[in-house]
Amino acid sequence: MTTTRTRFTAPQRLLHWLMAICILSMLFIGVGMVSTITTRYLTLVQIHKPLGIAILVLALIRLTLRIIYGAPSLPADLPEPIKLAAISSQYIFYVLMIAMPLIGWAMLSAAAYPVVLFGSVHLPSILPVSPSLHTLLWRAHHYLAFAFFAFILMHVAAILFHKLVRNDGVFEAMAPVLTQDQRERIDRLE
Amino acid sequence: MVQSPASPKAFRLWPFVFIALVVGIAAIGFAYTAGWLSPQRLTPKKLVAGLAPPGGPALGYRRNHAKGICFTGTFEANGEGSALSKAPVFVRGQYPIVGRFNLATPNPNAEDAMVRVRGLGILITTPDGQQWRSAMINAPIFPVSNPQAFYDLLTASASKDPDAMKNFIAANPGFLTFLPWAKSDQWTESYAEEPYNSLNSFLFVDESGAKHAIRWSLIPAAQPVSISPADLAKRGPDYLEQEITQRVAAGPQHWNLVVTVANPGDPTADPNKAWPADRRTINVGTMTVQQIEPERDGPCRDINYDPTVLPTGITTSDDPFPAARSAAYSRSYNSRTAEEADYPRTATGAKQ
Repeated sequence: MTTTRTRFTAPQRLLHWLMAICILSMLFIGVGMVSTITTRYLTLVQIHKPLGIAILVLALIRLTLRIIYGAPSLPADLPEPIKLAAISSQYIFYVLMIAMPLIGWAMLSAAAYPVVLFGSVHLPSILPVSPSLHTLLWRAHHYLAFAFFAFILMHVAAILFHKLVRNDGVFEAMAPVLTQDQRERIDRLE
Repeated sequence: MVQSPASPKAFRLWPFVFIALVVGIAAIGFAYTAGWLSPQRLTPKKLVAGLAPPGGPALGYRRNHAKGICFTGTFEANGEGSALSKAPVFVRGQYPIVGRFNLATPNPNAEDAMVRVRGLGILITTPDGQQWRSAMINAPIFPVSNPQAFYDLLTASASKDPDAMKNFIAANPGFLTFLPWAKSDQWTESYAEEPYNSLNSFLFVDESGAKHAIRWSLIPAAQPVSISPADLAKRGPDYLEQEITQRVAAGPQHWNLVVTVANPGDPTADPNKAWPADRRTINVGTMTVQQIEPERDGPCRDINYDPTVLPTGITTSDDPFPAARSAAYSRSYNSRTAEEADYPRTATGAKQ
C-alpha cells in the first residue's frame, strides 16, 4: 500500500529506529554469546530471549501500522530494478523480524528448554521435543541471522546512497528528525 | 510526489568511500564479536572439541559424559530449604525428576572400570513449570579452578609432549589436591552408592531477597561398598548400568539433598577448593529413583542438563564454571541432536 505522503508517520518512524537498535543489538548479542564461555555468556543469553520476544511484538505492531498507514511512494525516476529491490527488501525485513523470534522460540521448545523471559515469567512451549525439528530450526536461526545482518548492511548502504548520491527524499521518509533545509524541501514537494 | 533534481550532478567519490567505510566497520565489528578475529578466544567450539578423543567425538552422543542411563523419580522437599531460597522446589511437596546416571568420558562404549568420575544429571520440574537442572559428579572437588585451566588440562592430557602434564601441574598446582581422590582405590560397586556434588557454588535467594552462597550434594542412603577398579573390571564393561537397573527394579533408591552454606570469605569462585567441613548443612529433601530406562529411547536423552537452568530463588554465583558449562553443553546439544542418524532411537543391530 502506498500513499502520496512523503514521510512515514511518526509512530512508524519511531518503531523503525527503536527496532533498528533492538535488532542490531540482538544480532551482535547472538554472535557474541555463542562464541564465549565467560560469564558474559549467561548475561547475553538472558537478554537475548526477552529482547527477541520484544522484537516480535514490535514487528507485529509495525506491520499493523504499515497496513493501516502504508508507505510513502518511491521517487518516480527510480529505475525499476532498484524499485523492485527496495520493495522486496521491505518484505524480507518483515519476514525476518517476525520469523527469527518465532524460530528461536520454537527451537527452544523443540529442545525442551524452558523459555524464560525474566524471573518466573516464561512462555509456553510451542513445539514438541524433537531433535530433528530442533536441528532444522537451529540451522535456520543461525543462517538467517547472518542473512539478516547482510540485509541490514545492504539497507544501510542503499539508504546512504539515496541520501548522499541521489538525495531523492527516500532517506527523509524515515529520518527521525529533519534539518531545516529538509523541512523546507519537503514543504515544497508537498 | 518526490522529484529528483533535474540536472545530473557531477560524479563524486566521497559518498561511496563513506558508504564503504560504514558498511566495512559494521562488518568488522560483527566479525570481531563473533570471535573470528580473535583466534585466542576460548570459545564453546574449542572447549567441546578439546573433549573429543583423537579419533573425533562419538556422533549422536553427548560430547562428555557420553555413557549413561536414564531414570525417572521424584524429589520430595521437606520444606527446610525455604529458609534459604524462595524456589518453589523447596516448598514441602513432591516433584518429578528426569535424571541420568553417567560416566565422565567422551566414549559411550567405555568400560565402567576405566572411568573414575561418575556423574548424575537431574531435571526437577515444579507445577508452575519452573525447572531446576543440575549436573553433578562424585568427586569431592573439581580438578581445576577455572574453565581456561580445564581447557589446558584437556590439551595437556592429549599432548604428545612428555612434559605437558608436568607443565600443566606447575601452572595449576590445585590439580594435586584432586589427585589423591582420583588415584584412590575407594571405588564403589554401584551408581546408587555414590554421592553426587554440585562442586560449583550457586546463590540461594530467600524471600527477603538476601543471597546465600551454597553448594549441594546428593548423599546416598545405600551403604557404599568399596571395590577395586580391577575387581569392577571383572564384573563386565557395563556392570554399573546392569546393577542399577536390577537394584531399582528391586526397590526405589534414595539420596538426601544436602545444601552446604558458605561462611563469609569461603572460596565461591573456585570449585577446586573445598569448604571447611564444619560449614552449616541443611537436608532439604530426598531424591528417589523409581525407574531406570535405557538412554537410547529414554526420557533423558533429549535433555541438556545445563546447570544454569534454575528456578527463581537460585542463581549463579561468581563461580565461572556454570556459564562455561552452559555454553559448552549447548554446543554439544546442538551437535548431538543433529547427529540422530548416528545414534538411532531404536536399537537395530547396534551395540545395546
